[in-house]
Amino acid sequence: MITYIARRLLIFVPVLLGITIINFIIINMAPGNPVDMYIDPNMSPAIAEAKKEALGLNDPLFIQYFKWLGTILTGDLGYSMSSFAPVAQLIGERIMPTVTLGLAALVLALLIAVPLGILSALKQNTKIDYLVTGLSFIGTSIPNFFLGLALIYIFAVNLGVLPTGGMQKLGGDGGFGDRMIHMILPAIVLATAIAGRKVRYVRASMLDVLKQDYLRTARSKGVHEFWVTNKHALRNALLPVITVVGLEIPILLGGAIITEQIFQWPGIGQLTLQSMMSRDYPTIMALNLIAAIAVLGANLLTDVMYSAADPRIKVG
Amino acid sequence: MIELESMPLPVSRPDTADTLLRLDGLKTYYPIRKGLLGRVKGHVKAVDGVSLDIRQGETLGLVGESGCGKSTIGRTILRLEQSTGGVIRYRGEDITHYSTSKMRPMRTEMQMIFQDPFSSLNPWMRVRDILKEPMIAHDKASSATVDAEVDRLLDAVGIPRAYKERYAHEFSGGQRQRIGIARALALNPKFIVCDEPVSALDVSIQAQVLNLLKQLQKDMGLTYLFIAHGLGAVKYISTRIAVMYLGKVVEIGTKEEIFRAPKHPYTQILLNAYPVPNPHLRGREKIVVQGDVPSPANPPSGCRFHTRCPFVQDRCRQEEPALLGGIDGHAAACHYAF
Repeated sequence: MITYIARRLLIFVPVLLGITIINFIIINMAPGNPVDMYIDPNMSPAIAEAKKEALGLNDPLFIQYFKWLGTILTGDLGYSMSSFAPVAQLIGERIMPTVTLGLAALVLALLIAVPLGILSALKQNTKIDYLVTGLSFIGTSIPNFFLGLALIYIFAVNLGVLPTGGMQKLGGDGGFGDRMIHMILPAIVLATAIAGRKVRYVRASMLDVLKQDYLRTARSKGVHEFWVTNKHALRNALLPVITVVGLEIPILLGGAIITEQIFQWPGIGQLTLQSMMSRDYPTIMALNLIAAIAVLGANLLTDVMYSAADPRIKVG
Repeated sequence: MIELESMPLPVSRPDTADTLLRLDGLKTYYPIRKGLLGRVKGHVKAVDGVSLDIRQGETLGLVGESGCGKSTIGRTILRLEQSTGGVIRYRGEDITHYSTSKMRPMRTEMQMIFQDPFSSLNPWMRVRDILKEPMIAHDKASSATVDAEVDRLLDAVGIPRAYKERYAHEFSGGQRQRIGIARALALNPKFIVCDEPVSALDVSIQAQVLNLLKQLQKDMGLTYLFIAHGLGAVKYISTRIAVMYLGKVVEIGTKEEIFRAPKHPYTQILLNAYPVPNPHLRGREKIVVQGDVPSPANPPSGCRFHTRCPFVQDRCRQEEPALLGGIDGHAAACHYAF
């Protein structure tokens, strides 16, 4: 197992290198550069040119890339080209809100999806099943920007029970309860799509397991039906669900960009959008690198968990 | 079609004290749903009026082609499938409509060994837990004695005790089937349905498992319903044999009667299909069966075998033969039985 993890981590190196190269090319293909984004129209072109020269933006692309790579390898994420703050500090301030929101959404989604998926499978082809699959269809297909705005309209504007956005009350103490209240709506928005997909997954997986011979074996033993479903069937049915939970992490990061923007959630998603708007190359590159590490890490974790959960699977 | 309930009961059926299990006109139909609204458009008549007695301590072999309803009978007896009609009596008790909870105590008496040793064991569970679970579910053993019970079961089926911490997938097919047998024995049952217990195994392992079943029967006084599609295993283990065709029993008799003097043409064809081990005897004349098994959703009129019978007469196409036999209990459902 340890050698397996070590081998997988070793493969991360070329993969990450490839990802950064592609990202670097793509962001440099976007029109404009950091200097264009903040110069004043009255500024003389010579000063702008000097600024570009100073930031190294006139160097050939591959030189720029190797310069960036050189600083990264020393453990330094560099400086933002728009706010000139250290990128590590920018990200450090933003990462916890995103992680908290993402985890809350994931837990909420599973709390909804697992029981509903089981219920739907046990009551296959009944009205309950149709209702659950119908809701999951709506949950999957509703765009999160629309759902976010609709929820703000209902709960914040009309009912006035929840805040429209932000992470804490203005001038408030930012205590735990306050943050939880601010997290309700964005977490629901992020969880809706995940829950919609997971319900279908749990249902399909459960239906598959319910047909298995060993459930008949359990019934023939005289095991109570409750345990047949919740012990024999559920444990086997949740196995494939573990895999797809890992795959939600990149989707969660992507979804956070829009959701954080709508709810003014000061997280990575918002930072990503801001740095793209200002062509802040070092910040974008660092964010991409972190996202890539998160996705690769999630995949590795999934594989490891899978073998830990299923005695038939041995990785290595 | 004549309803079976209205027909005279086949064979002479004295309800003797040694009758452990009795089936009267047992039927198990599966609905065929079709179309947009999934309306029931007919039934697959998997078991269509079967009457049988299984006596204390015997092994009744149940043979027939794939899809003739053998496994369905076994599962229906144990109420793992719901019967459509007829009566199941165990020790004179009508268990046909017992609820799941009322059936639960019966599970300590009646058990099943499943056909597929690969899919019938939960991949999440260690052997120890597979064997423990029925005992715990029925309060058959205290936590102090349960481990000793597991060891006893493993000894009985010849699996080393040290293997009890392993998962089912870590065993070979034969070993897994032994675990399945140990599981069935965990509650000290009196009656076991063996649903093709050796058909998924290598030929070399089949004999081992059959011998184990025989030994356990002797040691524990078990009664078996032994389901198989091959005659070899059935001949080896059975005291009596019932031959099934398309959801009905077409012939029943002792092993000797069935093998020496089969009365039904279908039984003869089955026996003919059974490879003869002695090459000097292989030259004998064979009766050849025609066509395929008709669909159990729409069985032929009259005798169900008439579409394939080499001796078919007009009467067979119209009139369904009853399972009639002499005093000896050897009976065949054929108008022109041999």
